[in-house]
Amino acid sequence: MSRTGARLDAKKVNSELFTLTYGALVTQLLKDYENVEDVNKQLERMGYNMGIRLIEDFLARTGSGRCYDFRDTAEKIQSGFKIFLGITPTITNWSPAGDAFSLCFETNPLTEFVELPDHCLNLKYCNILTGVLRGACEMVQMEVASWFLQDQLKNDSVTEIRVKFVKRLEDAIPAGED
Amino acid sequence: MTVHNLYIFSRNCTLLYYAEWNRLNKSGMTKEEEAKLMYGMLFSIKSFINKISPLDPKDGFLHYKTSKYTLNYLETPSGLKFVLNTDNSAQNVRGLLQQLYSQIYVEYVIKNPLCQLNEPIQSELFKNKLDELVKSSPYF
Repeated sequence: MSRTGARLDAKKVNSELFTLTYGALVTQLLKDYENVEDVNKQLERMGYNMGIRLIEDFLARTGSGRCYDFRDTAEKIQSGFKIFLGITPTITNWSPAGDAFSLCFETNPLTEFVELPDHCLNLKYCNILTGVLRGACEMVQMEVASWFLQDQLKNDSVTEIRVKFVKRLEDAIPAGED
Repeated sequence: MTVHNLYIFSRNCTLLYYAEWNRLNKSGMTKEEEAKLMYGMLFSIKSFINKISPLDPKDGFLHYKTSKYTLNYLETPSGLKFVLNTDNSAQNVRGLLQQLYSQIYVEYVIKNPLCQLNEPIQSELFKNKLDELVKSSPYF
């Protein structure tokens, strides 16, 4: 994210710079925690903190209202990826109840130039994305869970994130005057 | 034309920011009490409108008008609430509220990692930019 002043269109950031910065972050976390599970958890948490701010930027740019159903949400998430990462994931594999779908990425700017070493096979390299989704949706009164089903870094043909609707959060009501 | 004052509320009912330009009548209570009262009223109007509306209330509550002033209201999907009091001749203040949100709040609060969300805004930069925008608007 870059500071744009009064202009609304974001300054373009070189995606390679972004990729490498993210790589440096993951490397640092791996050094600090020495445990792949902890790194996954930290990435998710950092993503959450980004998501709760990123949603405001998204809403201000697109001017979109609240989602009226989960399919609408899926499309908005898709356009969010377009705005912030410049990629358009495909939405597939709807569950029969319509409360879960998959986002499939052919290319992923986060994982360019990346190979997982053998001792990191459990690392969810892009786990920050699941955190971003959770944080952003929480701010618009929706609790979602998401996780990776397939990952190109683990030799799958596409990267697939499964997103599941958990529940609707209620508006905060003012505290009573006692 | 005049802009009287502005309230910004978070989704958790906290008063994030209050600014005043031209307010002749004081409410005679502390700012905190006044904010609570204001939030309570907005909350009631909102639920009243959603219940009483004969059609699907899309945008819900937009503004109300008395003989002296107009209260303009904008709520973002993320639950932020912007309340701007103007005089009755100001038309279409919604655009200004949108601008306040996208050009001031997002730029100088959301993108400032030192600004905690859900806490009153302390940033001087935010204050100055907000003041600038409101003063340069045609409604001021």
